[in-house]
This record gives sequence, structure tokens and C-alpha cells, in this order.
Amino acid sequence: MTKPLTGAQIMCEALIREGVEVMFGIPGGAIMPFYYAMWDYRDRLRHVLCRHEQGAGHAAEGYARATGRLGVCIGTSGPGATNLVTPIADAMMDSTPLLAITGQVGSHVLGKDAFQETDITGITMPITKHNYLVKNVDELPYVFKEAIHIATTGRPGPVLIDITKDAMQKTTVPNWDIKLNLPGYKPTYQGNRRQIREAIKLLISAKKPLIIAGHGIIMAGAHRELQEFAERLRIPVITTLHGIGAIPENHPLAIGMPGMHGWVHVNRAIQECDVLFNIGGRFDDRVTGKASTFAPNARIIHVDIDPSEIGKNVRVDVPIVGDARLVLQALLEDLPPPSELAELHTHASDWMEHIREMQDKHQGKQQYKNRAAMANMSLPPHDVYEALSRTLNARGNYRVVTDVGQHQMWAAQLIDWNQGPRTHITSGGAGTMGFAVPAALGVAIAYPNETVWAIVGDGGFQMTNQEMATIMQEGLKNIKVAVINNGYLGMVRQWQELFEHKRYSGTPLSGPNFAKLAEAYGWKGITVERSEDVQSAIDEAHATDGPVLIDFRVEREVNVFPMVPQNKSIGEMILSESQA
Amino acid sequence: MKKHTIVALLQDRPGVLSRVIGLIRRRGYNIESLAVGHSETPGVSRLTIVVESEHVEQVVKQLYRLIEVLKVSDVTDDPTVEREMTMIKLHAPPAARHEIISMCSVFGARIVDVGSNTMIIEMTGTPGKVENFIEVVRPYGIKEMMRTGRIAMVRGARGHNAGEYVEPATNGVAVPALN
Repeated sequence: MTKPLTGAQIMCEALIREGVEVMFGIPGGAIMPFYYAMWDYRDRLRHVLCRHEQGAGHAAEGYARATGRLGVCIGTSGPGATNLVTPIADAMMDSTPLLAITGQVGSHVLGKDAFQETDITGITMPITKHNYLVKNVDELPYVFKEAIHIATTGRPGPVLIDITKDAMQKTTVPNWDIKLNLPGYKPTYQGNRRQIREAIKLLISAKKPLIIAGHGIIMAGAHRELQEFAERLRIPVITTLHGIGAIPENHPLAIGMPGMHGWVHVNRAIQECDVLFNIGGRFDDRVTGKASTFAPNARIIHVDIDPSEIGKNVRVDVPIVGDARLVLQALLEDLPPPSELAELHTHASDWMEHIREMQDKHQGKQQYKNRAAMANMSLPPHDVYEALSRTLNARGNYRVVTDVGQHQMWAAQLIDWNQGPRTHITSGGAGTMGFAVPAALGVAIAYPNETVWAIVGDGGFQMTNQEMATIMQEGLKNIKVAVINNGYLGMVRQWQELFEHKRYSGTPLSGPNFAKLAEAYGWKGITVERSEDVQSAIDEAHATDGPVLIDFRVEREVNVFPMVPQNKSIGEMILSESQA
Repeated sequence: MKKHTIVALLQDRPGVLSRVIGLIRRRGYNIESLAVGHSETPGVSRLTIVVESEHVEQVVKQLYRLIEVLKVSDVTDDPTVEREMTMIKLHAPPAARHEIISMCSVFGARIVDVGSNTMIIEMTGTPGKVENFIEVVRPYGIKEMMRTGRIAMVRGARGHNAGEYVEPATNGVAVPALN
């Protein structure tokens, strides 16, 4: 190609070359040259105009998390760029491949406090995997190639490219043939064979082994290998919040979620186990509780693609750096034949029986749904989840995006997650309220033929509900929003109730009539106040050919149990108010 | 808390120092000294940093996450040669000069400027020796002082040659220097 192109045209071409089809953004002064060029590429690069850059960032995240592909968001300089900071930080915490493109003031005024100038590369340095400030049009082809490579390989993450307005306007003949030159970036994919054999030895000698399946399984597409490996050795599988979907919850070896709002039998099993095999989880403090008391009897095997995660939060006996799928394949290759595993299988059934006994005693789902305390409530939140779980699993073909707080934990606990990987999407590490509605928009664009449910609290909903307009403008009929409306910032209120003498500072929350608000945006809005109306509302949402919001006005002061108080051992769980 | 000497090789790109320092700042560790400059390989900078930290292993691992970091090691317990340089502008009236000059010769320090009432002294040595020298000349009156920070090199064949991390320019096309 010898035709000179503007920097902005090169940006479009570079994105198309890397397989980008959709971008979420908002134009503004410094980024206008990019939007000028975009017009010529509009049949190949779909631009979704969001209502706030935070929404654009979360939409790109939702798209990326649902597909495994790169999510792209765009903002102009200054406030446009700073509004992207929250989704960038969120993508960093949840290892989401995200490319943020920001316009920057002209290079001749850079650093002179020009209109809408912000040092966004400086601001985002600690919350990006890498970032770039481009002032020279000739660098654009290489920078886009390198940036997208970094965002999507190894442990994925957000990369930001900040481009001065003049670099977008100048023309050059792009050189697309520059080889990547990244001597300091060589992710390890293949696990060390000696360590892999060591892991097998440990697992085979274990009497009470456990697998923790984390986000790495989902990102590596390792769910089949995981199931096969667990089945071959008959090891119970725990799924973290981001590991949901790694194994269907109705699988005989699946035992559920660990940690702060995990199940009693899962946390107790962790405290009892003798070998703990964590693949693609990072021992987040919401999983481990007080780390020094975590799994005291276990030898720990930790597989992670990021070497800096190993040994960060808990001591590790067998570290394996590598891609979850490749490591599991190697593990499967090196397993002894079934004939040699007979003794192991005997231990395995004793161990599983013990876990199921604990589960029956404290059982998660049914027990917490049917507690006597809920008998007098006109709409306990649990009824909403029960109906959603039943209906969604009967219909199939769905994805669920949750926000952050009580409703998020209930969704993780109470929905039967049998749909496979990338069907449960939430903001985990950063805990970003306002994630769900815009992220659902990104998911719905990626999967127009599936029903995308956003489950969101009334607090988080009011942080980004402006994206209802984007959803309408884009004609996304497959989005259904369930607001779990309890008139509180519920999780904070729960902590205030349990640990802070019910001092409800700043947590009671009023809102508009959400159903009417939805109607104002052109959606269908439904209000539900009684348990007996839940099912018909969900059915109506499914039957409606367009976006629907259901305002579930649930009982106001219901807590998420079980619960491990912060920085306590996961062996010390609170099961109900009376124990707090 | 133990003081650690970390040696790192970095790609010479804008902002790389800021990334390294930001990572250490994020953990709340104090940087006692920092020296950075060219290595033997074009395009690769070499940095020696001294930090007080209990979890330096984790810092080293996290530094590797930075795309432009080629190699990092904690050389605290390795056999190394460590040097630091200082320049001191000393109050030196004619009557004191003779004494100062003989002090300098004991420490192998050089006098690089003489003014009517001042001298600039340049001194290089191990950080401990530099420290001693400063204490010895302090009574004369230090008007200005600048220390470069520690630089360190592992003895023997092992070490931090940057050449092995950087491929020569590939397929005849020069990679554009970023910015």
C-alpha cells in the first residue's frame, strides 16, 4: 500500500486489521479527526454512541468478557478520558482485554494546560497493562499493533492509546510490516513439565483434594479440560465468582462458590482439604478471608499465567506459570491410567460424601431461600432469583450481567449456573457499581440472538442508567433489566447492621419510579411488589419484543448469608442475623 | 526493614522510569537511592534502586509485569561492586585548605574546583566510604552536596548484560523510537 493516509484513517485501518468490528465511545474536540475518518469505514466499524464515557468503557468490557475478544472504547481528551478511568481500572482488576483510545490536544500545546487537556497516560499508568502517548503519525500502525497484542495476550488487560490531534490529522504512507519488538514481554503459556508432574503426584496422594476454578479457566477456554481432569481424578470443583461457568453447577463434582458469601460446605471443605489446586484464580481476599488462616492443612498448587500472582496472597507449594488450558492439557497427558487410580477414587467418594453431608446440613440454596423469616415478606429477593433461575434455565440461550452489591451475591448464589462459560459477567475485582447496564449493552451487541439480563441494585442502576437511551437508539431488543430495588445501598447497609450498630449513614436511597423512567426511554417498564407477580413479569419481559425493565420492590432489609466478616477466617461464617 | 539493592534493565522509552517508580510508590515503600543511565547496549537503560521493603520478591515480580522491563534482580545478597559518587561544595578558607587537601588524599577524593572561600570535592567509593567522608568534612561546613545514588554490578561472569534481551533491528525495518 503506497497511498498516504491520515493518522485517523490509519487508526481505522489498524483496528479493522486486528479484527475490531464494534467500538463504544463519545466524540469531542480532540478526537474529532478520528470520527471524521470513521465515516468512510462505517460499514466495517460499528460505532455505538454511549451517553457517558464510563458507559462506553463498561460496554466495551461487557463485549470483551462475553466474547473473549478485544473491547474498544473511545473518549476525547480531558473529561472524556478521565471518565474512562473507572472502566479501565475495572478491566485491569478483572483482566479484561480493553483498548481505550483517547484524543489528546495538539502536540504544540501539550503540557501547557490547553483546553480539555489532561495527562491521561500519567493518570492511567498504574491501572493499565500498558499505555502510549502518540505524537507522531508514523508511529500509529506499530503502536496499534503492539497495543492490541499486549491487551489480548498473556494475562489480558486494558491498554490506552492517547493520540494528539495533529498526529491524527497528518498524513503518511503507513508501514504495516513492522515486526513486534517486545523483548520485555514474553508471556509463559506452557507450564513447567517438572512442576506439572509434581502437581499430579500431590493430587494423586491426596485424600481430600479440591480444585478452585477461577477466571483463568474462562479466559483460556479451558472448561472442557477442567471437567475432564476433575472427572478423571474425581476431585470436587469450587468455582469463584469469576469462575462461574467453568463447570455447570449441576455437575456431580461441582460444589459451588467459596469465600465471603460462599457456601458453608465449600469454605469448610477448603479448611479441611489436604491438597488445594487453584487454576486461574488469584486468591483474592474475598475468597481467602484472613489469608494466614486459609486452607491450613493444604499443600497448594497454583496455576496462573501471571507469575506475580503466585505467592502474592497465600503460600504456594507447587507454582505453575502458564495458560490454564495448556497446563490442563499437559496434566491430562501425564495422568496415570485409570487402573492406577482405584485407591484414589475410593478416597474421592468418601471425601465427596463428606462434603455433600455438610452441604445437606447447611445447604445453600434451599435453606436460605425458605427461611422462616421470609414467610411474612411480600417480596423476599430470593423469590426473584428462584423464578429467574427456573425460567432462564428452562428457556436457555441467556447471559446474565450483574452489578455490585447484595443483588450480585444473591445472583451468584441463587441462580443455577448451568449455561457454560461467559454467561455470568460481573465486576469482581474492582467492584464497580454501575457496571451492569452498560456491560449488558456490550453483551447484547455481541450476542443479538440471546437474551441478556442485567440484574442490578437500585443504587448501581442509578449510576449508569442513562445507557438505557443508548440501548434504545441501537435497537437492542434482547436486553432485560431486573432492578432489585430495596431502597438502600444494601451491602453497605448490611455491614452497618451487622458490624456498625445499625448506623445507616448514607445508605437509605430513594429513586424515581423506575418503570416510568423506563417508559420515558421507550422501554417497557413493569413494577413488581408481591411474590405472586414475579413469574408473570419475567414471562412478560421475555414475551416483549424490546428492552424491558422490571422494578422488583423487594423487602428492604434482607441480608446476604452466609457471610464471613472481613479479615476473618473463612471457617468463621455467620449464617443468620442471630449469629452476627 | 531491610534495605534491598535492585538492579533492572529497562527499554529506553519515555515514561519507563515513571512506571517503575509508580509501582514502588504504590506499595508505600521509600526509595533511598536511585541511579539510572545507559547500559552497554543501545536502547537499554540500567537502573539501580535501593528500597526499604519486606516484600521485595513481590516487587521484583510486579516489576516484570511492566512491558518495558527486561530484567530485574535483587542483588542485595550477591557479591557485588557498589559505588556512589558525591560532589561537595565545602567552606574552605585559605587557612583550612591544607588540612582539607590531606583529608581528601586519604579518601582518594579529588578537588575539582577552588574558589576564594570554597572548594568542590568529588569523591567516589562504596556508599559506606562516601558516608564516612561526608562526616569527616562536615565540620568544615558543607554549603552544597549532591549524591548520585548507588550503582551496583554483580562480580564475575553472572550479571545483567542487556544484549541478550534485545534483538538487533529486525527484517531491515527500524522500529520507530516511540516519541
